[in-house]
Amino acid sequence: MNSASKIGRMERFLRDRRDTGSKLLVAYITGGYEGWEAAVETAAAAGADAIEIGIPFSDPVMDGPVIQKASQIALEAGASPASVLAAVPNLDTGVPHAVMTYYNLAHHAGHERFAATLANSGIDAAILPDLPLVESAPWREAAAAAGIETIMLAAPTTPEDRLADLCEASKGFVYAVGLLGVTGERANLAATATEIAGRCKQVTDKPVLTGVGIGSPEQAVEACSVADGVIIGSTVVRRLLDGEGAEGVGDLIASYRNALDAG
Amino acid sequence: MVMTDPTDGGRFGEFGGRFVPETLVPACEELEEAFRDAWNDPAFVKEFHQILTDFGGRPSALTECFRLSEQLDVRVLLKREDLNHTGSHKINNVIGQALLARRMGKSRLVAETGAGQHGVATATAAALLDMECKVYMGEVDMERQELNVFRMQLLGAEVESVSSGSRTLKDAVNEALRDWVATVENTHYCLGSVMGPHPYPWMVRTFHHVIGDEAREQCLALMKRFPDVVVACVGGGSNAAGIFSGFADTDVRLVGVEPAGGAAVGRGVPGVVHGMLSYLLQDEVGQVQEAESISAGLDYPGVGPEHAYLASIGRAEYPSVNDDEVVNAFQLLARIEGIIPALESAHALAWVVREAASLRGQVVLLNLSGRGDKDVDQMMTILGPGNKQ
Ligand SMILES: Cc1ncc(COP(=O)(O)O)c(C=O)c1O
Repeated sequence: MNSASKIGRMERFLRDRRDTGSKLLVAYITGGYEGWEAAVETAAAAGADAIEIGIPFSDPVMDGPVIQKASQIALEAGASPASVLAAVPNLDTGVPHAVMTYYNLAHHAGHERFAATLANSGIDAAILPDLPLVESAPWREAAAAAGIETIMLAAPTTPEDRLADLCEASKGFVYAVGLLGVTGERANLAATATEIAGRCKQVTDKPVLTGVGIGSPEQAVEACSVADGVIIGSTVVRRLLDGEGAEGVGDLIASYRNALDAG
Repeated sequence: MVMTDPTDGGRFGEFGGRFVPETLVPACEELEEAFRDAWNDPAFVKEFHQILTDFGGRPSALTECFRLSEQLDVRVLLKREDLNHTGSHKINNVIGQALLARRMGKSRLVAETGAGQHGVATATAAALLDMECKVYMGEVDMERQELNVFRMQLLGAEVESVSSGSRTLKDAVNEALRDWVATVENTHYCLGSVMGPHPYPWMVRTFHHVIGDEAREQCLALMKRFPDVVVACVGGGSNAAGIFSGFADTDVRLVGVEPAGGAAVGRGVPGVVHGMLSYLLQDEVGQVQEAESISAGLDYPGVGPEHAYLASIGRAEYPSVNDDEVVNAFQLLARIEGIIPALESAHALAWVVREAASLRGQVVLLNLSGRGDKDVDQMMTILGPGNKQ
C-alpha cells in the first residue's frame, strides 16, 4: 500500500521542513479583518511555514477575547466565507493555507460544496474546532474527496485510546491544544502544552504542532522542546487590533522565527 | 415510541449529537455515565424527589381556570410551575444537576441565564449544596432583568456580564462553554434547557419529567381522562419537554409555542451551535442570527434537538405568537384569574387565546412555567404607569 500518495500538500510541506531540522511556525490571521491579506503575505515572508486563515463565525466558542473581537469586527465589516475565500488565490505566500472556522458554515453550505469551494480557492486544509472526532467522519470524507486535509485537535483531556484514533484521522498535522481553555495569550506556558504534544508524538509521526496559549517566542521555544512546531494566533491578531498592521505582524513573526531557529 | 432514550450518540432522529471542542468531549462522556449511574440508583432518585418536595414545593398544583374557561369557551387547566421555589420550572433541572455534580466530585457550577430564572435557580442550588457558582448573563438581559441579577448576588453567586455578540442568552451560553473548557476538572456546566451536547437534552428532559408525570395523574384525578391539548412555551424547550413527556405515549395534541422573533422550529433550517444539531435561526451562509423577543427567556435562536425531531415527525407542532399577543395574554391572566404569569409562559396562553375558536369545547392543559414578578418592571415600562388599557 502506498500511503505516500495520500499525504496532502500541507502535510508534505510540513514534513519536509521538519525533516530539515527546522521547527515549524504557523500563524493565524482573521480573514476579513482590515489589512488581513497584507498581514498573511508578510507573515509568510517573515518565516511562517503555513498560514491559518480564520473565516469569522458568529459564535466562536473556542476563541478568547482577541480573536472574538477581530471576528466580530470583520463580520460587521461584511466578511463572509465567500469574500474571504475569494481573496485567497491572489495571496502570494508560497506556503500552504488552512482555514480555521466553525462547523456550521460547512454544515450549512453542505459538506461537498464547502470542501469544493475551499479546494477551488487554493486552501489545503481545514480546522473546525467544534467538530470533535466522534462527529467528524462525514465531513472528513467529503473533505478528503475534495483534496482538503482536516486537521484534528487533540486536547489535554483526550483519553489515550481516542488519542491514537484522532492522530490517525488527522491530516495535514496534529493540532495539540496546549491548555484547558480557549485561544489567548497566557503569562506562562501551561504544563499541559508539552505533555499533550509528547502524548501525540508517541502515537503518530505526523507533524505535531502546539497551539492555544502561546504568547511569546520563549514559550514557543519551550513548547518546541517536544512539539514539531507551534501555532500562534491571538498574539498575531492583537498586532492588527492595535493598529500595527502588516509590518507589526511581520516583525512579530520574525521574532518567533529567529527564536525557533536559534533553538 | 417518542421521548424515550436517544441513540448512543445522543441523537433524536438526525438531531442532537455532541458538537463540542475535543476538550469537552471527555466531560460530556463522564457526565453521561454519571447520569446513567445516578438515575439507576434509587438513593439518588429518592434524594432528588425529596428535595423537590421539601425544598422545591412539589407537587405543583393543577389549577382550573373557571373564569378564563368561560370567556374562551375552552376548558383551561394550568400546571402551576410558577409556584415552585424560585418561581419557575427551572428548579427541577437544577436540583438534579447540582446533586449530580456533587456526586461527580465537582465543587463549582457555571450557568448561562436569559431571564435570570435559571441563574437564580442555579445560585439557589449552589447555596443549598454549598457549591461555588458563576452565572453568565448578556448585558441586554442584565438590564431587562435587574432584579434577578441582585437575587443571584444575594444567593452568593457571581454574575458575569457578557458583552459579545447579541449580548443575550446565545452569547451567555458561549461564555459559559468557554469557562467550562478552561475549568472542566472541577466545574460542572449546569445548562438550563434541553439543549447543548449529549447528554444534556436527554438529562434535562428527564429531570423535568416530573412535571408531565404529575400533570397526567392530576388530570386523571380531576377528569378521569387526558386533556385534548397540552401547550407550553418554547425557548430551549425544557418546560415543554417536561410536560410533553407525560403525554408522549398518548394521542394528546402537543403544542410548543415559540416567539415570532425566535421561531427556530417555525423556520425549520437545521444548523449546529452550542453542541447540538437542531433547528437554528441563521443567515444565508450559516451565521447564527439573533432572536428577538419581548421575553429574555425565549430570546434564543435555537431549540432543543428533541423538539426538532418531534416537529420533523409531526408528533408536536410549533406555532408562534407575537409580542403584542403576549402582552395581552399576560394582562388577561392577571385580571381574570389572579395569576401574573412569566412573559415566557404568557406565550402559551397567547396561542390558546388566538386559537380559542378552533379549540372550543376542548380541554387544554397549559404549562405555566413561571411567575411574572420578574417581568413587572418591564411591563410597567411597556404599559406605562397607571395605564391599565
Ligand atoms: C418562566 C420561564 N419559562 C420558560 C423559559 C424558557 O425555557 P424553556 O424553553 O427551556 O422552558 C424560561 C427561561 O428563562 C423561563 O424563565
